[in-house]
Amino acid sequence: MEKMISLTIDGVQVQVPNGTTVLEAARQAGVHIPTLCFLKGINEIGACRMCVVDSGARALQAACVLPASDGMVVKTNTPAIKEYRKNILELTLSTHEKKCLSCIRSQNCELQKLCLELGVEDGDKYEGVKNSYTIDDVSPSIVRDNNKCVLCRRCVSVCANVQNVGVIGPVNRGFKTAIESPWGLKLAQMSCINCGQCIVNCPVGALYEKDDTREVWDLLADPDKHVVIQPAPAVRAALGEEFGYPMGTSVTGKMVTAMKRLGFDRVFDTDFGADLTIMEEANELVERISNGGKLPMITSCSPGWIKFAETYYPDFLDNLSSCKSPHEMTGAMIKTYYAKKAGIDPSKIAVVSVMPCTAKKFEAKRPELGHDGLADVDVVITTRELARMIKEAGINFCALPDGDFDSMMGESTGAGVIFGATGGVMEAALRTAYETITGEKLQDVEFHQVRGVEGIKEATIQIGGSDVSVAVASGTGNASKLLDSVRAGEKNYAFIEIMACPGGCVNGGGQPIVSSTVKMDCDIRVERAKALYGEDRAKELRKSHDNSEVKVLYDEFLEKPGSHVAHELLHTHYQKRPMYTE
Amino acid sequence: MDQSKEKFAQLQELIDSHRNQPGALMPVLQGAQGIFGCVSEDVQKFIAEGLGVTLSEVYGVATFYAQFSLHPKGEYLISVCLGTACYVKGSQSVLDKLSEVLEIPVGGTTPDGRFTLEATRCLGACGLAPVMMINGEVYGRLTPDAVPGIIAKYKAKD
Repeated sequence: MEKMISLTIDGVQVQVPNGTTVLEAARQAGVHIPTLCFLKGINEIGACRMCVVDSGARALQAACVLPASDGMVVKTNTPAIKEYRKNILELTLSTHEKKCLSCIRSQNCELQKLCLELGVEDGDKYEGVKNSYTIDDVSPSIVRDNNKCVLCRRCVSVCANVQNVGVIGPVNRGFKTAIESPWGLKLAQMSCINCGQCIVNCPVGALYEKDDTREVWDLLADPDKHVVIQPAPAVRAALGEEFGYPMGTSVTGKMVTAMKRLGFDRVFDTDFGADLTIMEEANELVERISNGGKLPMITSCSPGWIKFAETYYPDFLDNLSSCKSPHEMTGAMIKTYYAKKAGIDPSKIAVVSVMPCTAKKFEAKRPELGHDGLADVDVVITTRELARMIKEAGINFCALPDGDFDSMMGESTGAGVIFGATGGVMEAALRTAYETITGEKLQDVEFHQVRGVEGIKEATIQIGGSDVSVAVASGTGNASKLLDSVRAGEKNYAFIEIMACPGGCVNGGGQPIVSSTVKMDCDIRVERAKALYGEDRAKELRKSHDNSEVKVLYDEFLEKPGSHVAHELLHTHYQKRPMYTE
Repeated sequence: MDQSKEKFAQLQELIDSHRNQPGALMPVLQGAQGIFGCVSEDVQKFIAEGLGVTLSEVYGVATFYAQFSLHPKGEYLISVCLGTACYVKGSQSVLDKLSEVLEIPVGGTTPDGRFTLEATRCLGACGLAPVMMINGEVYGRLTPDAVPGIIAKYKAKD
């Protein structure tokens, strides 16, 4: 039992376990202390001084790093504190490029919000040193604009400590301090895995996705192009947030209607591709197990994870499933099977994927992911970009009726839907592998052992009398820990699922951005995953091999999982990558 | 070439002696600066790999502290004190004169790689103000007029 201590915050008495910070204690007392650099569990460094409080000490203390002590009396809102915080904001603004009207984070900017809440009247009160930084937009996924950076170091912490990548950090000192890659290298020259966790944790507009909406608008306006769109599972679990729906609301039907109104010729579903992926991946797993192939087999859906493996764990490349990711599989099928059935020249088809992910933009540009000189997927936009397109088109999203995906690649099972949450691919694969191996019908399709947001999960599943041990990791930092233990021979698994982002795709770098204050109170990974597991439960079909459109696809075109044609179109290969490129 | 190999071997030894030590980066960077005269990109990458830290971290520390130099320094390092006592006694004009004679800005290195000119904080020899140091040798009670002669002496060496 932890020792409890008692303190008073703004006259409210509160009891907290010893070791609690004043910021956390205040939250429990219902007292809101403003923060800027603080990111729960990730960046707790007391750098910005926004959260200063009066604890009776000689100077004001940063509440996020101040341990609460027994009998402490804390004031969070005196005139002196308010003046101090306002002054910090004014100083921050003195070096900030205040182009709020055109800023991608306008109305969802933590700095802007603080300035309004704390009554900053004159953004130009102080004139600071304005360093003019060149915007780094070389990466296909991530854009860095240091003119907007407030040096909070949230991106640095998440990149180094959560993702175990660490390609950006503070350089120089004083007014010249900037968050950059070393030696003036661009992000694209570093071992950046394009996960975009820096973006979703940035309080301001210093980091954002490479916008590809212009390209999509141009495709839609081109009468010679047949434009097909497909959204990933996790998109439907978060898109609603951009239109005021509570977190965890599934907006699948409205999303489909919005896509049709935007003018897409076909609206297919990446969930279909997820079911297809399971057919190939479960087959690959069964083959590896029965033919003494390389184990553990590791999933290959997450492009952030794939680049991480190629850079940091090249000795595991043979362990990666050769399956392309679901939207790449769908893209490949659209440009071959669908093109043929619909009688459309594949070179006239454009495939647009909507992904919760910035790394998918990099993935789509991999030269090996295509066929006959055509890329499987032409453009990838994120959930945020889709929301911007819907707003730009003047579509009243909340008033839309529910629509249905187009047939041929629009059907999906519950197994495909749960791909968007950590453990989902594993669970989907187990549902199919179990029935393939045993030939028996699975009584309970839910594998709760592999659900939940813990960074690393392990389970042993009984399939046909033998134990199959599996593991699931989300966040590449956790992937490192897991793989290090496998490499050292401490752990032994048959199958591993790895997703680059903590919690899986629902918390991807392309998802709606949630402020650090909200994240103190709720776990967005849990809330958004609920939407997916809810959809799964509501589905009549919950196993990928029951997807009737997938069955037709195999009957008419692919023959069987792992066939020659399947290998040609649905599988890929990987390459070792250097840490830095010139 | 062999000389460089030898230096990297020395650096490797240094890294090995600090392996798994928390806060090893600082002493290793200092040691590397001593071995190579600067901590260049290659040296930093070598340290990052050796200590198992990111290049971002190494570069961040190296650019934070003024004691580290990213580029090779000249054969002779001229440090002119701009501490309070020296400054009051006119060290700025000594520094300006050096810059003029050597034809390089403060912080720069002559194209032949012989001289690097730096301004420093107090050298602790205020009694001799204004003071400068050339590779550890102290010159006190300087005037701008004394500068050309001193530089000529070094230019004449070897």
